[in-house]
Amino acid sequence: MKRTVPLIIAIIAGFVLLIANFIPYAEGWGLKAQEWFNILAVGAMILGGGNLVKLHLIKISGQRKGWGYSAVTIGCFVGTLIFGLFKIGVHPNEIYPNVGWSGYYLEGGSGLWWIYQHMIVPLTSMMFAMLAFYVATAAFRAFRAKNTEATLLLVTAGVVLLGQTYAGVWLFEGWLPESMQWLRFDHLTEWVMNIPNTGGTRAITIGIALGVVATSLRILLGVDRSYLGQD
Amino acid sequence: MLKILQNIDRRWVFLSMLLAVAIPVLAKTVFPVNISPQTMMVFNAIEDLPEGSRILLSYDFDPASQGELLPMAQAFTRHCSIKGHKQYYMALWPLGPPMVDLSIDTIESEYPNLVYGEDYMKFDYKTGGEAVIRMITQDLRGMFELDSKGVSLDEIPMTKNIKNIQDMDLIINVSAGDPGTKQWVQFAATPFGITTVSGCTGVQAPQMYPYIPEQLAGVLGAIKAAAEYEAAIDEVYPSIASNPKAQEAKRRMGPQLVAHSLMIGLIILGNIIFFVSRKRGLA
Repeated sequence: MKRTVPLIIAIIAGFVLLIANFIPYAEGWGLKAQEWFNILAVGAMILGGGNLVKLHLIKISGQRKGWGYSAVTIGCFVGTLIFGLFKIGVHPNEIYPNVGWSGYYLEGGSGLWWIYQHMIVPLTSMMFAMLAFYVATAAFRAFRAKNTEATLLLVTAGVVLLGQTYAGVWLFEGWLPESMQWLRFDHLTEWVMNIPNTGGTRAITIGIALGVVATSLRILLGVDRSYLGQD
Repeated sequence: MLKILQNIDRRWVFLSMLLAVAIPVLAKTVFPVNISPQTMMVFNAIEDLPEGSRILLSYDFDPASQGELLPMAQAFTRHCSIKGHKQYYMALWPLGPPMVDLSIDTIESEYPNLVYGEDYMKFDYKTGGEAVIRMITQDLRGMFELDSKGVSLDEIPMTKNIKNIQDMDLIINVSAGDPGTKQWVQFAATPFGITTVSGCTGVQAPQMYPYIPEQLAGVLGAIKAAAEYEAAIDEVYPSIASNPKAQEAKRRMGPQLVAHSLMIGLIILGNIIFFVSRKRGLA
């Protein structure tokens, strides 16, 4: 029962969406299924939040290694949830001035806006910016021309790196004959992106799509039940 | 010497990267930009539309990618505004709406003649990713009954006659991952033939090229393409060229050039150390 009901739901939902895509009469079924999907997505979000709290509370109560980070996570989660759900600092919407909580949740100056502006923006930007430092040290220590494939990759990377800047033009300015302009790094970068990259990506994409079709069929026909878990 | 280079503290590499980025930023170095055919495809997709065309702009990115994508998003906004297109903003990422707000701020400060609800409007964030796209291709009100200010779509002049996004003349997607350009191609551009252009991160760009030109009318990949796009707009609209805020991507090409050159230098140095060590039997 525990596996059969979810299996039947998955099979019905899958076939409904499949049919809705090909038969105009069934288009409405697809839309209805998508409305259900959106409702379920909200449910999944609540489930995810609950799971996060549960896991970190277990870690804190057991005083496991790094439990302090879990406390920070829970604190931030609960704090953001309260500021967001209760729209602390948000004024009512101009159109509905008498309706509480009708304002825009990220209104300038509100609690959630403050969290977003002064915590989320700098923290996420910082995480992304750190990549430049790690890539630089990785380039110095790991990017070696050890064999033909690695050399090819290294040369291509060098050309694309320079081709993505004005250096790709400037290096060839004034001395490269007109007939040889295709050798400019910016032009070579375009060629790499348009020809080998596009060909390779198309092949991979088609391969993945065929894999998705095969896996979807296995799920729809109930052959593949791995998504239901081990229990 | 070889031993020193082999055991160089990585903090020196970090410091050199910091200087490579910081110096051009502080010196405000701007390099010339050559506009590529790819960028012109995107520019023309917007430029060739008649005034008042309906354009859906979906900002599917968050502050982590703001440095790479916001300049091109703002360039899209300025281009659409100066051309007099109707702009419909939305976001598929939870942290996307504040990115849209930055574009709305740009419209309000730089194009005060444009009116909310008549020339531009914003849908609120809805969870669901590709399901949102699928729904609005059929029934816009099934997903968005109200705009982000709580006004019914039937009361907004620029939305009252829109049934679904098949009524749009163009979709512009600024994307940092999933859901993003791939989903717009799969569920809107391909099945309904809605002309779509994308501005995406450098990491994502190679995956988008195969969709050109049938499913995507053009792609702007990373800050370089954004700088080219700014240059293309500047050539046609001198009023934008004189706006320093509209040159953000061009300014960011300075640090990119020095940082990329440093990377090449580090790769070459690393390989010299590797080969010399191998020759001496140290590697």
